[in-house]
Amino acid sequence: MTVSKTETLPIRSGDDVVRVRQRVRTLAVEIGLGIVDQTKIVTAASELARNTLDYGGGGDVRTEIVWAGLRKGLRLTFEDHGPGIADIEQAMTDHYTSGGGLGLGLGGAKRLSNEFHIESSPGAGTRVMIARWK
Amino acid sequence: MDRIPILKLGGVLIVTIQVDMHDRLALALEEDLTAMIARTGARGVLIEISALEIVDSFIGRMLVSIAAVSRVLDAETVVAGMRPAVAITLVELGLELTGIRTALNVERGMALLQARLSDEDDGDEDGSDRDGLED
Repeated sequence: MTVSKTETLPIRSGDDVVRVRQRVRTLAVEIGLGIVDQTKIVTAASELARNTLDYGGGGDVRTEIVWAGLRKGLRLTFEDHGPGIADIEQAMTDHYTSGGGLGLGLGGAKRLSNEFHIESSPGAGTRVMIARWK
Repeated sequence: MDRIPILKLGGVLIVTIQVDMHDRLALALEEDLTAMIARTGARGVLIEISALEIVDSFIGRMLVSIAAVSRVLDAETVVAGMRPAVAITLVELGLELTGIRTALNVERGMALLQARLSDEDDGDEDGSDRDGLED
C-alpha cells in the first residue's frame, strides 16, 4: 500500500470539527467516491472528530490518500492524548456513552467505513483509524 | 453571533438550515425556537434540511431535543427535505430520530402540520390565537 497525500488537521474546537468535515468531503470527491460513500465517510469523520474533542480533550486527524494496487482510498487517523478507553468492547457498543452523547460514535463510524481500527489504553489516549475504498 | 432565521407562517414556525451547524449555532437555534413557540403559540415547527450534507449524531441530537422541547410546549416538529444519501447514512449510523416526523419536502411537511392544526383547532382559522401558556 502506498500513501500519496498526507495532511494533519487540528481538532481543538467545534469549528475544527466543521473544518475536518469539509476537508474530508473535498478529499472524498478527489478520489472519486460516489455521493453515498462521500456522505458515509464524512459522517464517520464527524463522529470521530467530535469524540476526539469531547472525550479525548482535543487532538488531531491525519488524512491520507492511499493506494492498494489500482484501488484508491481515503484513510483517516484520529488521535488524542486524553484519558483513553478502558473497555473498548463496551465503548463500541451502540448507545453506550461515558458522556452526554448518544453513544453511536464508535460503532456508527465502524459501520460507515470499510476498515476500522482502534487502539487505546487508559492514560495514554486513543487512536482510531478508518478507511473507505473506492 | 450568527443565528438561523425563523419564519412564522400561520401557526407554523419554519427554519431552513443552510449552514454547517456548529455547537453554538445549534444551541442558539434551540433557544430561539423555544422562545418563539412560547411567544407566538405556534403549534408546528418545520425544519428544512435539504442543504445539509450530513446529519451526524450531534445534529440528530439537536433535532431530537428541539422536537422534545417543542412537544412539551404543544408544538409538533417535522423535519423535511433530507437528502437520500443522508437518509441512507443515518440508518447505517443507527440514529433514530425519536419523536420527529419527517417529510420528503417542505410542501408535504406543511401539509402534515396544517392537517394537525385544522384537526385540533376546529373553528380556529390559523391556529395562532390559542391561549398562551402563561395565562
